[in-house]
Amino acid sequence: MQQRLARGEAAALGELYDRFASLVHSLAHRVLDDDEAADRITREVFGYVWENPDAYDPKQGSMRSWVATLAHRQAVHRLRQTEAAALAAGGDGTTEDLEQKVRQASVAARADYIVTSMPAPLRAALELAYFQRRDYRQTAVDLGVTEDEARRRLRLGLQLLSTANTRPVTGASTPPGYGRTL
Amino acid sequence: MPEPEDGLPPRIPAQRGAADARDELPAAPLALTHKVLKSLLGAWALAACSPQETEAVEAHLTTCAACADEALRLRDAVGLLHTDRNLDLDPLLRSRVLQGCLAGRPARIPVPEWAAPYDAETARLDALLNDFGDAEWHAPVRLKWFESEQPVSRRTTVAGVIAHLLSVDALVAMALGLEDPLGEAAPSAGPTERTEHFWRSSHFPPTRRIREPWRDQGHDLIRTVSFAGRGVAELAVPYGARGDKHSSLPLQDSLLDRAFECWVHAGDIAEAVDYPYDPPAAAHLHTMIDLAARLLPGTLAGRRRAGLAAPARHLVRAGTPGRSLRLEIEGVGGGNWYIALDSPAAIASPDRAVAHIALDGVEFCRLAAGHISPEEAAAGQDGDREAIRDVLFAAASMSRL
Repeated sequence: MQQRLARGEAAALGELYDRFASLVHSLAHRVLDDDEAADRITREVFGYVWENPDAYDPKQGSMRSWVATLAHRQAVHRLRQTEAAALAAGGDGTTEDLEQKVRQASVAARADYIVTSMPAPLRAALELAYFQRRDYRQTAVDLGVTEDEARRRLRLGLQLLSTANTRPVTGASTPPGYGRTL
Repeated sequence: MPEPEDGLPPRIPAQRGAADARDELPAAPLALTHKVLKSLLGAWALAACSPQETEAVEAHLTTCAACADEALRLRDAVGLLHTDRNLDLDPLLRSRVLQGCLAGRPARIPVPEWAAPYDAETARLDALLNDFGDAEWHAPVRLKWFESEQPVSRRTTVAGVIAHLLSVDALVAMALGLEDPLGEAAPSAGPTERTEHFWRSSHFPPTRRIREPWRDQGHDLIRTVSFAGRGVAELAVPYGARGDKHSSLPLQDSLLDRAFECWVHAGDIAEAVDYPYDPPAAAHLHTMIDLAARLLPGTLAGRRRAGLAAPARHLVRAGTPGRSLRLEIEGVGGGNWYIALDSPAAIASPDRAVAHIALDGVEFCRLAAGHISPEEAAAGQDGDREAIRDVLFAAASMSRL
């Protein structure tokens, strides 16, 4: 895919969009809570990838995680910008409120990404228990696993999800070129 | 009771945990081991335990710091789950984003303009399929078309519809030298024959696994025509499409026809699973209507030979103006088309228009797809009644499985 993008194949750009647009848009929407703003982030992220396909380093992870990182960072950047402008224009709140809001939005977006990226069996268990309100015994029956296994999956799924709260917004391991906004 | 935080089972004898629990919780109805209580934390945080278990876990949390700590973290994590995750993307966003990208960095290998409707429609259907579970994939779909002057229909499933699209799209793919996904035993022509062959020859009804070969073939098609460029636009595709007359279509028209079919069947699928589904972008809808309008004179001539349409009234020399019907399509993607009535070789002259039909673009497409009968088409009509009837029936007769 990276080579095809570098070669300037418009067809590859279309495939890239089909694969990642809903991921990018939903992450941006989770952070900015606004359709138009999420549309704009989507345009910016795909524009960046299309113009800088070489910025992707396969050694650092999948293309999916790279694109998600770009979307997350750009959306958080935009939120901070918008909120700071509102503050400067005499809006309510303090800088601490702003940071708090940015942090919460960022955690929520990271949580969404974790849910979409976790192993399918864990996600299926969480979906049954949370979205369909099945208890763990019903969840076990629905999934065709033992009750022990259903409990294990629910607990492990939530443990993964809880890392959204603890990981820093900009990881120290972020390679150069990944950390800046688009 | 110190506990490892790494998620490994505790190395505490079960006996002792049970004894502790009994000592500390004399009133609790359930005496569970520490190991079991700990395994219940996820279910507890999701309110997915029995009331007795919930009580036992909560009693345990007052005495076990490690579990209390984890319980708090997991309950916070539950707060990060959202029910409103399925926000559908605006299908029009795709072309806006792609256009924006291409403005910033022009493509060295662009997708030909005439392939854009197929690219857009296959992407849109693929996005619809994205959230489908097994129940949706096996939902019954009734395919409708118009045959032997009658509306007919056929039952299949959502996966069966995708198998149909795969089978017929392959006719275009094969014309470009791509492999037939149906294998060598499949009939090499005839959309209906190929689809029937596919449905008959698989031992099991198609499942969601059909999505990938269908999508891959679509991507291969777009990619191949991009590399081939302008040169292949007129390549003849032996297609057997849209009325008996048109046994082959130029590649660009056949791909447009596939875009049309993709939209129509995506609509069938969406209806079967009760999802909304919009018409194509105005510019694409316009080219689809234009294709049908261009094919109408030939279809009329074929029907005339078969005795299904009134005889030609005024024969004119090829390339000279003849009688026409004005087809006025209202709404987005609309416009005016003049349909040559007596011969496909005549020029449809506005001066010699003898009849006028006005109808909505989507309605016209539903007619051409055989989803509504000519009698049902809510058309404004004016002029020669025979010509109007012949054109409406010819439009419906272009549909097929």
